[in-house]
Amino acid sequence: MTASASSQTSVSRWRRYRPDQQWEAYLFLLPSFAGFLIFVAIPVVASLALSFYNWNLLSPPEFAGLENYSQLLTNDRVFRKVLFNTFYFIVTIVPLQLAFGLLLAVALNQGMRGLEIYRLIYFMPVVTTIVAAALVFQWFFNRDFGILAAAIWELAAETGLPIRPPDWLNDPDWAKPAVVILTLWKNTGFTMVIYLAALQGVPTELYDAAKVDGASPWQRFRFVTFPMVSPTTFFLMVIQMIGAFQLFSEAFVMTQGGPAQATLTIVYYIYQMAFEFQRMGRGAAVAWVLFIFIFIFTLVQTRLQRRWVHYEAGGES
Amino acid sequence: MRPEAAPGATFNKGHLLLHAALILGSVGMLLPFGWMLATSLKSPPQIFTYPPSLVPNPVVWRNYLDTVQAMPFGRFYLNSLFVAVSVTTLQILTSSLAAFAFARLRFRGREALFLVYLATLMIPFHVTMIPNFILVRYLRWFDTFYALIVPTAFSVFAVFLLRQYFRGIPVEMDEAARMDGASSFRIWAQVIMPLSGPVLAALTIFVFLGSWNDFLWPLVVSNSNATRTIPVGLATFRGQYNTDWHLLMAGSVIALLPVLLVYVFAQKRFVEGITLSGMGGR
Repeated sequence: MTASASSQTSVSRWRRYRPDQQWEAYLFLLPSFAGFLIFVAIPVVASLALSFYNWNLLSPPEFAGLENYSQLLTNDRVFRKVLFNTFYFIVTIVPLQLAFGLLLAVALNQGMRGLEIYRLIYFMPVVTTIVAAALVFQWFFNRDFGILAAAIWELAAETGLPIRPPDWLNDPDWAKPAVVILTLWKNTGFTMVIYLAALQGVPTELYDAAKVDGASPWQRFRFVTFPMVSPTTFFLMVIQMIGAFQLFSEAFVMTQGGPAQATLTIVYYIYQMAFEFQRMGRGAAVAWVLFIFIFIFTLVQTRLQRRWVHYEAGGES
Repeated sequence: MRPEAAPGATFNKGHLLLHAALILGSVGMLLPFGWMLATSLKSPPQIFTYPPSLVPNPVVWRNYLDTVQAMPFGRFYLNSLFVAVSVTTLQILTSSLAAFAFARLRFRGREALFLVYLATLMIPFHVTMIPNFILVRYLRWFDTFYALIVPTAFSVFAVFLLRQYFRGIPVEMDEAARMDGASSFRIWAQVIMPLSGPVLAALTIFVFLGSWNDFLWPLVVSNSNATRTIPVGLATFRGQYNTDWHLLMAGSVIALLPVLLVYVFAQKRFVEGITLSGMGGR
């Protein structure tokens, strides 16, 4: 290609940059980089700095040292509740969503008719505005006139079983499951579609070989399908966990964080601190705690993946 | 993707059971939509009767008129459309220019700068939200379209996604153009961008839908109907008509209809766009 191929180092140095492209490259980068600096990089640093101050936007900021963090960790009962709620959502939503998504994908991957129409229906909630979805579910869960409660009353009347519909949104024990159901309805289609793509990449020979060896459908799932899609499972686990950490709109619209703060989440708490109580510093501290949690959890999952994620030889990792 | 089962594909008992289960699941997925639509067409007495019915009788179309008279949903549509189109255009423009530099131009500090970009990919938006809010107030952008559009017109993720794709385009393509004396800008505009149709389409759908449905940031920076987007407008509507479920459901239908219609007719593109972008371009 070039005359300097004889000297490896000069080629690589030449490749690294070209003086004539220097300024040109900076021009190409300028719009993106200016935005990146102003709306991402500087705010990240500013938010960290802010978390060491108390500031209500009216009086000048006061330096508070680590007080915002120490208050959160030792003195803030609501924050403890908030953390508990968020972890509750993570440990329920993530596994259920993966299980349902994989189940649906396996079902749709059987070479049946109607794949497109099923996909259309199951994916529909994914494109739905969450505010509208949360409103409908609030009405759906209504104890007196909601359709879910009515179905349960009917079932009780038909079978004579002593069951009563829970007061979903006014009972602290039931509000969380209500949020979980809304989230599953909203997001399972996404998980399903990603799994479907992964399943379609599994070579059919593997199933044929397993069949020849007399593997049952369950064994074929357990020893062929599951390991083959494990990189996808890992990917989905990480992004769904990050998503569950950031749960906000569902609770904000459907339950307003209640009853008795049963559905108050970390992001909801940031919102409350900053925009309802005007405590910018405390809000920033909560945001940093969120970031640290996400960082640690992602790191742990990445470490643990070696034990169970199966990568094809030569495949990307 | 595996093609649809061929006509005359095997139809066995197992499939029948599977269909039954999938249809049951579909009913569950569609029920909230049906319940929304039914309620939006009922009169208040019909809404508060037991047992509830999925069939409104009589059908009260007036609810929709009352809804748009109570809340300027037309205005919210325009706001959402304006914001989503601007954000999508700007994000793709700024990101594709930067991605081109990262993928194709050789300049000092390229790898280091890209690493700085990547490092922020993991930081949740909520960390930068409060400083951005303070900045928006300082610039006197609060409750303006600037606040809704400008901070979201840049995306590290889009830069990353496009760079990956651009690197997959054979270098010979732009080297040939360069031989012919094309400038870098022309190579970006006339070689790289036209060859990136699929990823640009996917990204457009992803960014547009994300902006159209975005809730938290618009909630924080808009404070009047002049700037409220559909989701924030709907939430405001709920705040004012707390128990008027016929109106709230009509408002929800109005909010959902355009996206769902486009989705039904362009299902494949939507699914591709969301999965490709959702997977980070893998």
